[in-house]
Amino acid sequence: MDQKEKILIVDDEKIVRESFYHWFIEDNYIVDTAEDGETALIKYAKEKYDLLLVDMKMPGMSGLDLLSKIKAIDKDAIIILITAFSSVPTAITALKNGAYDYVTKPVDPDELAHLVKRALEQRALKIENVQLKENIDEIIKPDNLIGESFQIKKIYELVHSVSSTDTTVMIRGESGTGKELVAKAIHINSRRKYSPIITVNCGALAESLLESELFGHEKGAFTGAQFRRKGKFEMADGGTIFLDEIGSISLMMQVELLRVIETKQFNRVGGNELIKSNFRVITATNESLEDLVKAGKFREDLYYRLNVFNILIPPLRERRDDIPLLVNFFIKKFSCAMNKKIKNISKEAMDFLMNYQWPGNVRELENAIERAMVVGKSDSITVDDLPFHVSRNNLELPGDEKSLASIEKKYINRILNENDWNISKTAKILEIDRVTLYNKINKHNLRKAE
Amino acid sequence: MDIFIAPVKFYSNLLLQNLIKELSKRFSSSIHVVDIKLNMDDFFSIDRKQYFSTQIIAEMINLTDQYDGKIILLTDVDIFVPALTFIFGEAQLNGKHSILSVCRLHEIFYSGIANESLLLERTIKETLHELGHNYGLRHCIDWDCVMHASHGIEEVDIKGITYCNKCRTKVEGYK
Repeated sequence: MDQKEKILIVDDEKIVRESFYHWFIEDNYIVDTAEDGETALIKYAKEKYDLLLVDMKMPGMSGLDLLSKIKAIDKDAIIILITAFSSVPTAITALKNGAYDYVTKPVDPDELAHLVKRALEQRALKIENVQLKENIDEIIKPDNLIGESFQIKKIYELVHSVSSTDTTVMIRGESGTGKELVAKAIHINSRRKYSPIITVNCGALAESLLESELFGHEKGAFTGAQFRRKGKFEMADGGTIFLDEIGSISLMMQVELLRVIETKQFNRVGGNELIKSNFRVITATNESLEDLVKAGKFREDLYYRLNVFNILIPPLRERRDDIPLLVNFFIKKFSCAMNKKIKNISKEAMDFLMNYQWPGNVRELENAIERAMVVGKSDSITVDDLPFHVSRNNLELPGDEKSLASIEKKYINRILNENDWNISKTAKILEIDRVTLYNKINKHNLRKAE
Repeated sequence: MDIFIAPVKFYSNLLLQNLIKELSKRFSSSIHVVDIKLNMDDFFSIDRKQYFSTQIIAEMINLTDQYDGKIILLTDVDIFVPALTFIFGEAQLNGKHSILSVCRLHEIFYSGIANESLLLERTIKETLHELGHNYGLRHCIDWDCVMHASHGIEEVDIKGITYCNKCRTKVEGYK
């Protein structure tokens, strides 16, 4: 982080000054300290500070006195006062005298970090200091969203056009096509890129956990809740919330979701405080929401609220031209991570990859290359290194079974059998969560052979 | 440069073993477990019911002269610095010593449900984070980087589990 903001800590206790000092240094601030109000004033006359953290109670000049004197010099100075005890009269006096805010010592690190960040952001906006943000653009860029095919170029265009807006986006595509990568690409190309993108896999969470996960909970909200916990919507403040497998949420949660998306306000579970959060919504699904709406399993009003801007990611088998590019990208990625000298792939192996159906799409391709890199002995990936050697013929399509559903069924059944129906292990290999795997087992009516 | 893990008032051998396994995958440096005779009770605050991490690090410096590498003290107890209510860890910037408490990395504290794999993931992240400070890294703006600041458990979970390219180049022995 290239933050250049300068903070002055004014506190008579050395131990407190030092702990604040180290904490802010790690957070990339330039930090200076003063042990009393007089020293702080001398330093302030010589240097410009972006924020002052001032202890209220100090021998000699008090924190409130220092606040008044600094404000007389610079009315825009940002001063946060620190008190030993939370008291409303003190807070009111401090705020009336122009303090930005006050905190009680010891300070919750999360609260302090956000308070300082917010104060400095406001200041930065005020003086229109956009230079800082431009400097870090190169750090964040989309990973793995690779391809030169016209389909993927179309997706780049869509991502580009929707990123600059706050429009709700729905991403559709089969499992493993890279829906999350597209969501991430939208986020990092938007003005929200300096705040996080929070991913929620709606299909992976039990109904009872989803509410607490999305909205957070207060201490004591339920048995075992020993601490306050922020929910995903709160964590996405200023950023983006990515709701994956949106089609799997219950009708009851859909009502809640619609309300929160429309009002941007909610309560934590067990809490009365109304939490406001400024988030952008991106959803993804591999189901037909239209069919779910028709079947009464998905609310029509929520559907229209979410289905504002659509991006459809084609399966890998429909953009085979991108396979060589992806293969080379993954070889480079894994050779660096594994410190292996594998640099390329044999023609026979590439032909095999080009002709494979890829039911698990790009994710399956990535896994195949990773596994090949692990077992590969030469400087080139061969067909024998690919994870299909057990029975290559199994992957060739029988004449009468060319639908995606039949391929998926066959593939899942094979991986289940290879792992003796160990659900966790199979889900891990397929890179889907256990709930999704159970759903697919039920959908395809798969049974373990006796 | 080797990495030394010093468990003190740390009771999960399984977590320790898994952490070593994960660190070995990430670093070419050797990972050692060392027993340092540090009495944590000397740094216990009766008022706060927590242990003062800065003083613990100062004591570590006295006790670990013989180790040539980075030394991280791993503990189950809750730690603090006077200005803040708690911290997950503390490290010498560009130094040799750091401390990590897994006390508030346990999911059971937040949701009431134990989650050992999540605990391991959080412990890996925070270990890499504190070691990163030892290697001179400050907080990174990239949310995918393990050096992103985490002032609450939510931020530990959001951030990535690896160093970004920019940070990685500064960490010695990182694969």
